Amino acid sequence: MSGYRLDRSDNGGRIDRSKHLSFTFDGRSYSGFQGDTLASALLANGVMVLGRSFKYHRPRGLYSAGPEEPNALVTLRSGNRSEPNIRATEIELFDGLEAKSQNCWPSPKFDLMSINQLGGNALAAGFYYKTFMGPKIAFNRTTEVWWQFEKLIRRAAGLGVAPVEADPDHYERMHAWCDLLIVGSGPAGLIAAEMAAKSGANVILCEQHPLLGGSLNGTGDTINSLDAEDWAKSCIARLQAFDNVRILTRTTVQGYFDDNILQAIERVADHKPVPDPHEPRQRSWIISAKSVVVATGAIERPMVFSGNDRPGIMLADSARRLTCEFDVVPGKNITVFTNNDTAYLAARDIAKCGGNISAIFDVRPEISGEARAVAALIGAEIHPGTAISRTGGWQRLSAVQYGNYDFDKKRVAPQSHRYETDCLLVSGGWSPAIHLTSQFGGQPEWSDELQAFLPGKPTRNWRGAGATVGAFGLENTFISAAKAAEAALEDLGLETKPALIPEIDGNNFNLAPAAVFEIRREIKRGKSFVDLQHDVTAEDVRLAHREGFVSVEHLKRYTTLGMATDQGKTSNVTGLAIMADARGEKIPDVGTTRFRPPYTPVAIGAIAGECFGHLKPYRLTPMNDWHCDRGANMVANGLWMRPECYNLSGETVEQATIREARTVRSGVGLVDVSTLGKIDIQGPDAAEFLNRVYSNGFAKLPIGKARYGLMLREDGFLFDDGTTWRFSEHHYMMTTTTANAGPVMAHMEYYLDVIWPELKVSLVSITDEWAGIALAGPKSRAVLETCVTGVEMSNEAFPSMGVREGTIDNIPVKIARLSFSGEMAFEVYCGAHYGQALWDGLMEAGKPFDIVPYGLEALTTLRIEKGHVAGPELNGRTTADDLGLGQMVSRKKPFIGSILVQRDALMENGREQLVAVKSLDGQKIRGGGHVVVSSDSANPGESLGHITSACYSPELECYIALGLLKNGRSRIGEKLYITSPLRGSHSPVEIISPHMVDPKGERMHG
Amino acid sequence: MIITCPWCGPRDLREFTYRGDGTITRPDIDSENVDLAASFVFDRENPAGDHLEIWHHGGGCRSHVLVKRNTLTHKIITCGPLGPFSKNGAKA
Repeated sequence: MSGYRLDRSDNGGRIDRSKHLSFTFDGRSYSGFQGDTLASALLANGVMVLGRSFKYHRPRGLYSAGPEEPNALVTLRSGNRSEPNIRATEIELFDGLEAKSQNCWPSPKFDLMSINQLGGNALAAGFYYKTFMGPKIAFNRTTEVWWQFEKLIRRAAGLGVAPVEADPDHYERMHAWCDLLIVGSGPAGLIAAEMAAKSGANVILCEQHPLLGGSLNGTGDTINSLDAEDWAKSCIARLQAFDNVRILTRTTVQGYFDDNILQAIERVADHKPVPDPHEPRQRSWIISAKSVVVATGAIERPMVFSGNDRPGIMLADSARRLTCEFDVVPGKNITVFTNNDTAYLAARDIAKCGGNISAIFDVRPEISGEARAVAALIGAEIHPGTAISRTGGWQRLSAVQYGNYDFDKKRVAPQSHRYETDCLLVSGGWSPAIHLTSQFGGQPEWSDELQAFLPGKPTRNWRGAGATVGAFGLENTFISAAKAAEAALEDLGLETKPALIPEIDGNNFNLAPAAVFEIRREIKRGKSFVDLQHDVTAEDVRLAHREGFVSVEHLKRYTTLGMATDQGKTSNVTGLAIMADARGEKIPDVGTTRFRPPYTPVAIGAIAGECFGHLKPYRLTPMNDWHCDRGANMVANGLWMRPECYNLSGETVEQATIREARTVRSGVGLVDVSTLGKIDIQGPDAAEFLNRVYSNGFAKLPIGKARYGLMLREDGFLFDDGTTWRFSEHHYMMTTTTANAGPVMAHMEYYLDVIWPELKVSLVSITDEWAGIALAGPKSRAVLETCVTGVEMSNEAFPSMGVREGTIDNIPVKIARLSFSGEMAFEVYCGAHYGQALWDGLMEAGKPFDIVPYGLEALTTLRIEKGHVAGPELNGRTTADDLGLGQMVSRKKPFIGSILVQRDALMENGREQLVAVKSLDGQKIRGGGHVVVSSDSANPGESLGHITSACYSPELECYIALGLLKNGRSRIGEKLYITSPLRGSHSPVEIISPHMVDPKGERMHG
Repeated sequence: MIITCPWCGPRDLREFTYRGDGTITRPDIDSENVDLAASFVFDRENPAGDHLEIWHHGGGCRSHVLVKRNTLTHKIITCGPLGPFSKNGAKA
């Protein structure tokens, strides 16, 4: 038999019988009511098998009614909104809902992969390690075969499938702060919230479910002569009237981070077919809370016995909630198996609603009077001192076998009796939900009385309240929550009045369970599951122990216990108990693992929020629109967008690059260099500071001159290069590479703040304030002569490295005669807002000289031909000497890195040095290719170095590259090979000097 | 994590960059002692507990600040100014 809906029209629970909803599960149509969860609606329709298990493909049914659900995982919705591994217990039913079972084919009832059950022992703990991590017998042969099998086996095990289409919904992130964050709106959360609200504190109350009230919903208790549910409603109404209280429902607090910052996910629209227009599907809250009251309650634990995973077996309190809140009874003939009194309360409430409880099996030989009274009241027979030894049924439970339980031997007697039942409710005690408090290292403490871990001492500003700290029963809960709120408010310096603890009329049961976690039989038969979601059995835990994985951390990783999407909410403590038993130790001595955020699985979209697609801002130069209008290929260079080249129609990138580079060498070109880092440096100690920052001398840089400079790190490696221009006695401008603009600025700020605060120097980043254009080529001077006012342009008056100020088309400009290409060249800077006007002016002035704009590719080609280093060579592992710049490291003055640059490791023979290579076979040289001696591509041998920058050289009319080669300078003239096995290339090259064009530098000085 | 910048007030961790150990001193610029230089660059204590650190408020005032932080709990105990505008900064 199966679950059914009670016929109670007077029900005060959360379903609305006037609103029918239809939904499909695995393509079949069903109906439910407004207020149902997918789980309650499926159960009401008698659907008992909801999916197949992870490894063994055993049929599985609903196990709980909350976020701890290990079995009932479904794929929700379809197409681009499909979402795998969603707990049916947490899905609010809506009209037209579509859900599919997982991990089974063709259906959960008839699943071909259930053959895995037969080979069950082969899939025991450590299966993958044992199977795929074996020794390689022949090189790359044996394991390769296994890898093929692995694909098949991995396909057989697993959960739902992630959609491949883009998520059409949007998500948002919210930041909030509060004096007091209250997690959970059960009795503890509500009373704490009301106290805090009255004290004037700024309060946020988060509840993971749509309905506030937590465990107050559907209990038979009476508070202040009101039904518990009504009392909750009145309390909530009072809270809602406070301006200083924000209540967030459908909001799960997922993570507890440093400085009392918590993350919560609000499921804004998950209960609708699709979000409303402009509504986010989920909202991620980052809440900075001065103090937190953790009132997360407790999670019921199962009992572990043979066949404990059969559909029809579920947690006792979950069955109570389904019955009392949703009017759905999980079976016609219900039995209970427990080691504590709370299961009697569940049985009482289910029976009160009209469910039929026929028998209660209790491992404890002595049963309290209260419990016996409940059993008598509901007409259930009690079997004290007995335990379920195994279960029977095809696809779902039809009967259980029970026998006497022997506490000394920790075994159930072999003699057993059969009892027919279609639903077995289990209760193995309660585990406080200590996830949040454990997340940042709160050390859990074991309670012998409750047989559970409690949160332990707070390491942050939080207070536990209610069942979270082991205060079970309404009265205890209220007292503990009032205490927690009082202490938290006192910490905040707020006045509180002593709480009025409501009067409770309910049973005061002893909630301590017997210390029984697993029912072992004399013979090992059948599977007893500890972790239902990952199919980890009690025998797996013992196997891990036998094989030496005895620490809890090893146990977890070896068996994957508690590593499924439920993070072992129902299985961790039981797994520890079994390991403790195997080790012959107490549970607290075995220890516990730490919980990690998130508490429940979180959609990646919710974490990303608005940050998807392009994640970083674009940085655009003032001339960006012109580049785009000209049809330039814009490429990302860090955050900057730069033109790769300006293709004429029909040109490839390479053809355009060659044309642009040739024009620079023979005529004139201009390039946008606004992306270079620019730092304004002023102050009486600026010269001294620059002299310490650069490895070459800067103390005597004359006014009106620029100088190329190298910067080292303290450890002697190269950091960056660039130029610095001196405008006046105390005023300089530094340029840096595009990539290092930020790091160089921070580097210099560090020295001025921390190391040499006595130096009177001020730095300002002016990268964005100044536009820069480099004009390069033999005709560059001629172009400037026609348009610059106020600057004498002759070679004598404006020599190489000179800096001048003038105007172009009335735009004030700073011009430096600097060359990156090796040709005569000028860098012209102006205020960013004049950038486009200056560019237009220079294009116009250059027209008679056939000026062309050139892009990043041509810029790179020109600098490679000249042997100038850039980012790929300044890789953090090269020294100035490695790159042939040793003469720029002063021996006469101290500077950053001056001592360690001389250490042995940086001076020794055999370091890789900058060289150029020239292709001998007309093939492209691959960046990242390695330099080898061998001509045999199958056995390239040892790498002597690698290629850093490569291009086609229009000047040399062949493929060339720069690279780093061991003892490179002494190998010039050698013929070696560049190998790139991944791309299948292996080509002969000649090692040549990196100064490939105009080695004497006559062009730039002419 | 929240760092209370002495110039800007309490600010989120994301505005800051860790810039290294605050307990070490760079050898004087004129020092030629290799051991001192190597120790300045490479030797770190890595204490479990309170630790002085330099953080850069790059997403704010761009000052460097001296933070005392517990490396076990991440608790920020103090945060003080560094640089020419701090009390002990300007030697001249």
